Amino acid sequence: MRNDHEAVVVEQHVHRDDVGARMGMWLFLFTEVLLFGGMFLVYAVYRYQHTNDFRLAAMELNTGIGTLNTIILLTSSLTVALAIAAIQKKNKFLSILLLSVTILFAFMFMVNKYFEWSAKFEHGIYPGSEELLNRSNGQILFFGLYYVMTGLHGLHVIIGVVILLFILVFIIRDKVTFDNYVKLENAGLYWHLVDLIWIFLFPLFYLIQ
Amino acid sequence: MQHENPKHKHHHPGYGTYILVWLALLAFTSITVTIAGVNLGRYTLFVALLIAAIKSSLVVNIFMHIKFEEKIFKVFLALSGMTLVVIFALTFFDFIYR
Repeated sequence: MRNDHEAVVVEQHVHRDDVGARMGMWLFLFTEVLLFGGMFLVYAVYRYQHTNDFRLAAMELNTGIGTLNTIILLTSSLTVALAIAAIQKKNKFLSILLLSVTILFAFMFMVNKYFEWSAKFEHGIYPGSEELLNRSNGQILFFGLYYVMTGLHGLHVIIGVVILLFILVFIIRDKVTFDNYVKLENAGLYWHLVDLIWIFLFPLFYLIQ
Repeated sequence: MQHENPKHKHHHPGYGTYILVWLALLAFTSITVTIAGVNLGRYTLFVALLIAAIKSSLVVNIFMHIKFEEKIFKVFLALSGMTLVVIFALTFFDFIYR
């Protein structure tokens, strides 16, 4: 009996450092913050320099679609946070469901983005277009920043979807369980960062009056 | 199997807390959209950024669990935040007084 008990104890001793894993993820997120921070800095200086042009150009963006995408991303942040709570409560099915909903929201976001960008392209507003180059410098800069910053953000959404899909498979195959879910936590952290960046992009591009 | 892993002992909020935070985030979003239509002059940008900052602190503290993490996480976060603030301040100092 005693030997059996000891065997169980040895088996329980896993070589894993979840705090370290999360800290590594946070350090990576800080580099992401600095990457976007640099772009927000460029935005801030040019907006200061071309206040009126930025206002004129921003009025052409679709506030409705921007608001809808904000709601979609905030809700997807909720579902990924709930997916972690579900796996902690040993509810594998609910966790899989919530993670799938998160991925669905991400696709909805990208579909909206596609329609938004297509509409701009149809109006002849894209980097280097004749229509845009005939405008003032401030407006050219605004749309340049709009495409680069929402584009890089969109790229992060796509990377986030790939990561969340991997985690979904891990949960289904019991590689991520109620006792070992740091991979889900870290994927969630990445997804929340995507949401965080959008929280700032939204008022700075869509809500200038 | 009943032994919980001690590394995950730090407590996390339940479903209810997350849903409350989500409702607050939606409320702040509708506030910021509504306020954008009101002419506040030079305070417009300040108010928009203030609401964005409140929303981020909700996401970082509750959704990203920073409130429940060890202290060193908060130190790192403050350090990277301060770095960003310093970079912005120095750039504008240079730009405005050039």
